[in-house]
Amino acid sequence: MQTKTVSVFDPKILWPAIGDAFIKLNPRLMIKNPVMFVTMIGAAISTVDIFRSPGQTGFVLQIAIWLWFTVLFANFAEAVAEGRGKAQAKALRATRTRTGANKISGDRIEVVDADSLRKGDVVVVRATEIIPADGEIILGAATVDESAITGESAPVIREAGGDRSAVTGGTRVLSDEIKIRITANPGEGFLDRMIQLVEGASRQKTPNEIALTILLAALTVVFLLAVVTLKPFGIYSGTVFSNAVLIALLVCLIPTTIGGLLSAIGIAGMDRLLQRNVLAMSGRAVEAAGDVDVLLLDKTGTITLGNRQAVAFVPASGVTERELADAAQLASLADETPEGRSIVVLAKNYGIRARSIHELPDAHFVPFTAQLRMSGVNLEGKQIRKGSTNAIRQFTGGMFPTEIEKVVEGISLSGGTPLVVATRERVLGVIHLKDIVKGGLADRFKRFRVMGIRTVMITGDNKLTAAAIAQEAGVDDFLAEAKPEDKLALIRQEQQGGRMIAMIGDGTNDAPALAQADVGVAMNTGTQAAKEAGNMVDLDSNPTKLLEIIEIGKQLLITRGALTTFSIANDVAKYFAIIPAMLMVTFPVIAPLNVMHLHSPDSAILSAVIFNALIIIALIPLALRGVKFRPLGAVQILRINLLVYGLCGVILPFIGIKLIDIIIAGLHLA
Amino acid sequence: MNAHQWLELAVYIAALVLVTKPLGLWINRVLNLSGRTWLDPVMRPLEKLTYHVLRVDPSREHDWKQYTCAMLIFSLVSCLFTYAILRWQDILPLNPQKFGALAQHLAFNTAVSFTTNTNWQSYGGESTMSYFSQMVALASQNFFSAAVGIAVAGALVRGLARHTAQTIGNFWVDLTRIIYYLLLPICLVLALFFVSQGMIQNFMPYTTAKLIEPQTVSVQKTDANGKPVMDAKGNPVMVNQTLDTQTIVQGPMASQVAIKMLGTNGGGYTNANAAHPFENPTPFSNFFQMLALLCISSAMTYHLGRETKNQKHGWTVWSAMFVMFLCGVLVCWWAEARGNPIHQQLGVAAADGNMEGKEVRFGIFDSALFATVTTDASCGAVNSMHDSFTPLGGLVPMFNIQTGEVIFGGVGAGLYGMLIFVILAVFIAGLMVGRTPEYLGKKIEAYDVKMTLLAFVILAFIILGFTAWASVSKWGTSSLANGGPHGLSEMLYAYTSGAGNNGSAFAGLNANTPWWDTTLGVDMLLGRFGMIVPLLALAGSLAKKKIVPAGAGTFPVTGITFAVLLVGTVLLVGALTFLPALTLGPIVEHFLMLKGTLF
Repeated sequence: MQTKTVSVFDPKILWPAIGDAFIKLNPRLMIKNPVMFVTMIGAAISTVDIFRSPGQTGFVLQIAIWLWFTVLFANFAEAVAEGRGKAQAKALRATRTRTGANKISGDRIEVVDADSLRKGDVVVVRATEIIPADGEIILGAATVDESAITGESAPVIREAGGDRSAVTGGTRVLSDEIKIRITANPGEGFLDRMIQLVEGASRQKTPNEIALTILLAALTVVFLLAVVTLKPFGIYSGTVFSNAVLIALLVCLIPTTIGGLLSAIGIAGMDRLLQRNVLAMSGRAVEAAGDVDVLLLDKTGTITLGNRQAVAFVPASGVTERELADAAQLASLADETPEGRSIVVLAKNYGIRARSIHELPDAHFVPFTAQLRMSGVNLEGKQIRKGSTNAIRQFTGGMFPTEIEKVVEGISLSGGTPLVVATRERVLGVIHLKDIVKGGLADRFKRFRVMGIRTVMITGDNKLTAAAIAQEAGVDDFLAEAKPEDKLALIRQEQQGGRMIAMIGDGTNDAPALAQADVGVAMNTGTQAAKEAGNMVDLDSNPTKLLEIIEIGKQLLITRGALTTFSIANDVAKYFAIIPAMLMVTFPVIAPLNVMHLHSPDSAILSAVIFNALIIIALIPLALRGVKFRPLGAVQILRINLLVYGLCGVILPFIGIKLIDIIIAGLHLA
Repeated sequence: MNAHQWLELAVYIAALVLVTKPLGLWINRVLNLSGRTWLDPVMRPLEKLTYHVLRVDPSREHDWKQYTCAMLIFSLVSCLFTYAILRWQDILPLNPQKFGALAQHLAFNTAVSFTTNTNWQSYGGESTMSYFSQMVALASQNFFSAAVGIAVAGALVRGLARHTAQTIGNFWVDLTRIIYYLLLPICLVLALFFVSQGMIQNFMPYTTAKLIEPQTVSVQKTDANGKPVMDAKGNPVMVNQTLDTQTIVQGPMASQVAIKMLGTNGGGYTNANAAHPFENPTPFSNFFQMLALLCISSAMTYHLGRETKNQKHGWTVWSAMFVMFLCGVLVCWWAEARGNPIHQQLGVAAADGNMEGKEVRFGIFDSALFATVTTDASCGAVNSMHDSFTPLGGLVPMFNIQTGEVIFGGVGAGLYGMLIFVILAVFIAGLMVGRTPEYLGKKIEAYDVKMTLLAFVILAFIILGFTAWASVSKWGTSSLANGGPHGLSEMLYAYTSGAGNNGSAFAGLNANTPWWDTTLGVDMLLGRFGMIVPLLALAGSLAKKKIVPAGAGTFPVTGITFAVLLVGTVLLVGALTFLPALTLGPIVEHFLMLKGTLF
C-alpha cells in the first residue's frame, strides 16, 4: 500500500485526532464504552459543582478539568488508532477514479458507466484501461497492475481458467485484452470493502472484547457501589464527602486505563495486520488467530520454495555423469516448468552449454502428458525420455537395472523426487530433484511448538517424500497424498477435538477448507471463491504470512490482558492516596495510612486523578504497538507479564502519584 | 504465642491435610450415581426407597434450568416447613419449657437463615426453641442446606468436567446421596464422640440448681406495665436483686452440634454457641469441631481435581485457600495476643493478651483459630465473642467473610464461590498468554463472564447497600450498642455475615427487631440464591462447551504462579470492594484505639 509508511505519530494523524477526540464526546458514541461513559458523567457533575463549591472552587475546577482530560485522552487514543486507517482509506478512494466500461450486450459492445454494472454482466477490458469492477476472467490473459491494492509495482498475470482468474476493480490492465464476468455489484467490491475495513467504519466488537467490556462494566458497578455507599457511611461517621472527592475516587478506581484504550488496541491490531498487507475481514478473525492450535500449511510455496530443483545426476554404471547430464538436458530443453529449467541449469555445471531449441531443427520434442507421464526428445534416431520410474519401466519394455531401482528408492527416502532418464535401449541414470525447504522455517516452527501450536504439512507427495520433507522443515505432522477433500476432513476432525485451525489457500478447491477453518487466509492472487471463503486476504500472496498473522493475534490478546491487569493493579496505590485524604479531616489519627506522605488531602486527590489521566496518554504507544511478544510457553509468558504488568502496576502509581504531588505542592496548586 | 500453641496449629493443619484426600475420594463417589461405597448394603435400599417415594427417576438428569428449579422448589418448601414449625411451636410436642410461638419476623428470619445455611440467630436458642423445633425444624434444615450447597458445587464441577453435554446431574439424586452417604454417617460418629466428651443429649426439662453463693445484681426498676421507671433527671431507677437459683439447659444437643459443624451451619443450640460448656465441653471437642468445620470444604477441592482429571489444579486451589487461611490465623492470633494497649496501660490486661469476650478454658489461641476457621468456613459457630476482639483481630473474621466465603468456605459454597474468583483470575490474566481465556479446556466467553460477575456484583450490592441504608436509618442505628466506627463495623459485619451465609455476629447489635430481621432475611436469601442461580447457569453453559486439549500454550491453572494469581485476585477484588467501608469501620477504630479511644 502506498501509504503504509505513515507513522502513528505523524502530525497528519495527530492533528485531526485531537478534533475527533472532541467529536467523540457525543453521548451516543460514549455509551458504547461504559467505563468512559461513567467518567464523562462524573466530569459533567463536577463541572456543575465548580459553581456550587464556594471556597473549594479552585480544587473542584482542577478536578473537573482533569476528568475531562481523562475522557478526551481516551477518545484521542481511539482517534489516533483510527487515523492511519482513515489516511489509507483516503489514498484508496483516490485511486478509484470514475471509469467507463465496455459492456457486452448481445453481440455488440456499449460503453456504460462502471457504476451501472451488476453481477453477471460481461465486459471487455483492453490494455491501459481500468477494470471497472471485481470479476472473473472468462476469456484471455493479461498483465495487470495491482499496485493500487497491494502496493506492489510489478505487474501480475491474470488469465482465464485456473486459480489466477480473479481481477479486482480499480486495477489497470497493462497489456492484452480480457473478457470479464462481473462478480460484485457497485459498492460491494473488494476495494469498497477494503476502504470500509481500513476506515474502521464496519468495525464491530469482537467476542473477547465484549466479554472484557462486561468485566469492566461489572467492576465499574462494584466501584460505583463502594463509592456511593461512602456517602451514607460518611453521614453516619459525621463526615461530609463532597461530590468532587467521591467522583475523583470513583474515576480513579474504575478501570479507565484499559477502558480508555480498549478500542484503540483492537483497531491497532487490525492496522498492524494491514501494515503487513493482510486484510482481515473482521476483528473476530484476528482474535481467532491468537487462539489457533493447529496450522495447516501447504508444502508447496509455504514450506518449500515453489518448485523442485535438480540437485544431482546419478548415472547408471557404464554411463558418465557428463553423458547423463547431456541426455537430461536434451530431454528438458522444451520443458518450460521450473523443474525442467533447473535441469538445464544444473547440466551447465558439467560444461554443457545450454542449447536453444532452434539449434536443433530436426529434433522432435515430446511434451509431458498425463497418460505417458514422461517427456523428452527424439533426436538423430535416439529417443531420450525422462519420467517417473513406472513410466520409464514401460518405455524401456521392463528393462530396469536393480542398481537404478536402489538409487530411486534412496532418493525417495531422502525426500527427493527421482526422475529417470533413459533411451529405448538403456536406462542412463537418475536426476535427483529436491524440494528446497525455505530457510529459517524450522526455527519458526520450533517457536510455535513452544507456544503450543502444532504445524501440519499438507502435500500431494507420497508418504516417504512427505516424511522426509516434514522432518527437514521441522513440522510436527504431515498429511501425504492429500486430496482437497482430505484437507476439509482433517480440519473437521481437529475441530471436533476442540482445536482451532488456521490455513492459507488460493485455489477454488481450497474454498471449502478455507471456509471451515477458524482462520482462513486467502491469497490475493487466488480465485474469487477462495477470497470469499476465507476471513483474511493476504495481498502479498505470501503463504508464510500465516505465521505473522498468528503472532499479531496473540499480541493483540496479550496487550488487552496486560493493560487490564495493570489497570486493576493501579487501584491499590490510588486507594492509599485518596482514602486517607478523605478521612484526614474527621479522623486525623488515620495519618499513618498516608504512606506516600502526600502534601495535603487536596493535593493527594488531585495527584491520583492526574496520574489516572496521564497514564492513558503514556500508554497510547504501547496500546498501538502492542506489548512485546515473546515466543514462550504459557507459563513463562504469564509469569513475565504478571511481574511486568501486575507487580509494576501496583508499584508504579505509588511513584507516579508522589512525583505529581511534589509538583502540585511546588506549584501551589493545592 | 508459645510452643504449645504452635504445636496445636501444626497438628490441626496436618489433620486437615490428611483428611482431604480420603474424604475427597469419598465425596467423588457420593456425587457419582454409579459410585460404590462400603455403605451401599445399608444405604442403597434406603436410597432406592427415597427415589420411589419422591417419584424420581435417578437416571434422568437435569439441564441447568431444571436443576435450578428443583433446588429452588426444595429450598422454598423446606423454608416454609421450618417457618410453620416455628410459628406453631406452642402447640407442637417436646416443649417442656412451654416456649411460645416465634413472632412473624423472627420466624421468617430464622427459617431463611437456616435454609440458606447462614444460621444467623436473632434469638437465644435455649430461651426460645423447643426440643421439637431444634430437632425437626433446625437440625433437619442443617442437613438440607448443607446438602444443597454441596449439590450445587457438584453440579458446577460436573459442568467443568463434561463436554458437549446438556445436563449437569439430577438434583434429587445429589441431595439424597449427599445426606445418606456423606452427612448422616459422619454426623452419627461425630455426635457419639461429642457425647463421650460430655456433651448432653436428652429430652429432660431444664434443671434448676441452687447457687452455693447467691449473687446480688443491680437491675432497672420497672413499673406494673414492665416499663422502666425514671427518676427526675430521666435516668433509670436501679434496684438490687438477689439471685439464688440457676436454670441449666438440657436437650438433644450432640446430634445438632455434629451437623452444625460438619455442615458449616453454625446455628448454636445455646446462645453462647460453642463457648457454652455443654456445647463444647473439652479441648478435644473443640479441636474436632474445628476440624469438622473445614474438612468437607477442603475435600471438595480434591473432588474438583478428581472430577476434572486435573488433581494438581485441585491442590492448587486448596493451596490458595490454605495460604489465606494461615495468614488470617496468624494475624488474628497475633493481634489478640498483643492485646489492648489501653488495658495494659491501666494494668488490667490479662497476661497473654486480649481476653475480653473469650473463654478462659480456650484462651487466646483456640479462640483466634476458631474465629478464623468459623469465618473462613462460613459457619458462624463461635467459641468467643468476635465483637470483643481487638480491631485488627476482629478485622480478620470480617474480611474472611467479605472475600465471599472462599477460604475453604461453606460446604460446597466455598468451592463454587472460589470458582468465581478462579474464572475472574483466568479471565483477567488469561488474555496475557495470548489466547482467549480457557479454564480447564473451556473457553470463557461473554456469557460466562456475565454470570460469574453477576454472582459477585449481587454480593457487593446487598452488603454495601443494606449497610449504607441501615447506617443512616433510625431503625438501623437504634439497635447499636456501640457508637462510632465500631457501630459501623457491627452493621457491616451483620450484613456481610448474612450475605456470605456465615451467621456469626458482632454481638453488640440487637438484630431481633422487625426491620433488622426482615432486611437480614432478604440479605441472606439474595446472598445465597443470587449467587447460586447465576452459577448454575454458568454450569449449564460450561457443560455445553467443547474441551480444548491442554498444550504448552494453555493457560496454567496449576502451580505457584496460578496460586499467587488466585490469592491476589481474591484479596484485590475483596479489598477493592470493601476497603472504603472497612476504613471507616475497623481501620479507623484501630488507629483510634492506638490513640486511646475505645468503643
